[in-house]
Amino acid sequence: MSVTPDKLQSNVKQSHAGDPSDDDFVIRISGLRKSFDKREVLKDVNLSVRRGETVVIMGGSGCGKSTVLRHMIGVLTPDAGNLEVLGQDLKKLSDDGITDLRKRFGILFQSGALYNSMTVSENVALPIREHTDLAPEIIDIIVKMKLEMVGLREAETLMPAQLSGGMRKRVGLARAIALDPEIIFYDEPTTGLDPIVGGVIDKLINDFKQGLGVSSVVVTHDMNSAFRIADRMVMLYDGHIVANGTPEEIRETENELVHQFVHGEPDGPIPLKLSKVDYGADLLTVPEDY
Amino acid sequence: MNAVRVIGSRFLGFTCYMGGLGYLLRDGLWWMTIGPLRGKGKIRRRETVFQMTRLSVKSMGIVSLVIFFVGMILAFQMAYVLKSLGVVRYVADILGVAMAREMGPLLVGMVMTGYAGAAIAAEIGTMVVSEEVVALESSALDPVRFLVVPRILAAMIVMPMVTLIAIYVGCFGGFLVGVTFLDMDEMEYIGRTIDRLSFNDLFNGLIKAEMFGVLIACIACYEGLSVTGGAEGVGRATTNAVVRSIVGLIASDLLFTAGIFALM
Repeated sequence: MSVTPDKLQSNVKQSHAGDPSDDDFVIRISGLRKSFDKREVLKDVNLSVRRGETVVIMGGSGCGKSTVLRHMIGVLTPDAGNLEVLGQDLKKLSDDGITDLRKRFGILFQSGALYNSMTVSENVALPIREHTDLAPEIIDIIVKMKLEMVGLREAETLMPAQLSGGMRKRVGLARAIALDPEIIFYDEPTTGLDPIVGGVIDKLINDFKQGLGVSSVVVTHDMNSAFRIADRMVMLYDGHIVANGTPEEIRETENELVHQFVHGEPDGPIPLKLSKVDYGADLLTVPEDY
Repeated sequence: MNAVRVIGSRFLGFTCYMGGLGYLLRDGLWWMTIGPLRGKGKIRRRETVFQMTRLSVKSMGIVSLVIFFVGMILAFQMAYVLKSLGVVRYVADILGVAMAREMGPLLVGMVMTGYAGAAIAAEIGTMVVSEEVVALESSALDPVRFLVVPRILAAMIVMPMVTLIAIYVGCFGGFLVGVTFLDMDEMEYIGRTIDRLSFNDLFNGLIKAEMFGVLIACIACYEGLSVTGGAEGVGRATTNAVVRSIVGLIASDLLFTAGIFALM
């Protein structure tokens, strides 16, 4: 490891860390509702994230975790409720306002979402090149520093198609921190990775929190990863936040729903069998056009 | 009742589609003109040049081949009629005008639709599926500026140029048929073509080419951006882009030609 990344980390820390007091919220969501084609995905979501904190949103597949995330980054607009990110009310924000706000956060997508027509270094350089007036030589240096932080400086000239899944996510991470964001959103950061690479990603997430002082929102259903990175965990079920606590509290909880999810039990309050029609009756029904 | 409902919903769907295209074109034009002036973001020059290469140099071979053959076919077919009237030499007159006013732009449009329109729709569609477009949006980069503008701009710049070359190649095809099969004198053929062709004819064709270029690029980008689902959605978008562009080309061609005819 060279010295430069550490130096960068300390610089950024000064500029963003601030005082993590209890009232210093970077995200505040209340009464969030959202429906898609009459299917109500989010019914009443209340959630807040303090500065410098890592909050993990967990929940089963399709429960609306990613939908909550997409509201926070302003890609979706809520049907009802209040959304405040970095002190700005997303509902009242103009397009320009949202654009400016987006420059202050980074996102790691589930697939990495690298731009496939660009090399690794161009991917990381793109947000810097588009949003700052820095000289190309300076941008080159910043890109090298960001790639070094995720351990992929050697991969600079490769195309995304030449990378493994884990490497793609790491490049995605480097791109997410390109503009020294205040919040990083992670959409399923460890899904589809082997345990070692997953561990590397978790370590990077923790490094960014400590080194850069960023707040993080992580959407995941990988419990091992969640317990390694979370300061606070919330569980989303049936459009509501059903649990909210520290990893210890969540691990020891008596809430059956959360217990079932955290320990991966196949049957419990979340039923194994999802069919609502009686099995016997269903088997014996003869279709009309038979 | 059912027929009314079907027609109504089709009409509504069509109107929405045209509206969507209109919005996309408006945003695209905004990012080409006002956006950069207000310092919202520059036009991506390198990407535009890349798209121009794709639309011109790389498609020139296939465009030339097609239009060369069509020029020859038209010459033969016209000779069939004109010979019976004893005025075979008029092949040169008619072919030049037909190429410039109609066949040149239309055929280039058709070939471009298959060659570039489908590729653009598939490319942007794949970017939507792999979350690249959301990634752009969420890093405060407008997908219209980033993806659509270079493609529309490239089409606007390149289409008239390609069409101009295509008109020459098409006339050359007719010329070969004229001098080898119809026993026409080389200089007479060329002279007749040039005498008959007016600047107006060429201008008419090139305006059409410009219009077709915008249409193809807009439809392809729109189809690509509205992809939902996975690989299947990309396939559907590609097919739609080609089919709708071709219908759009012919329909707008008819409107334009009828309009010009009414003005004459």
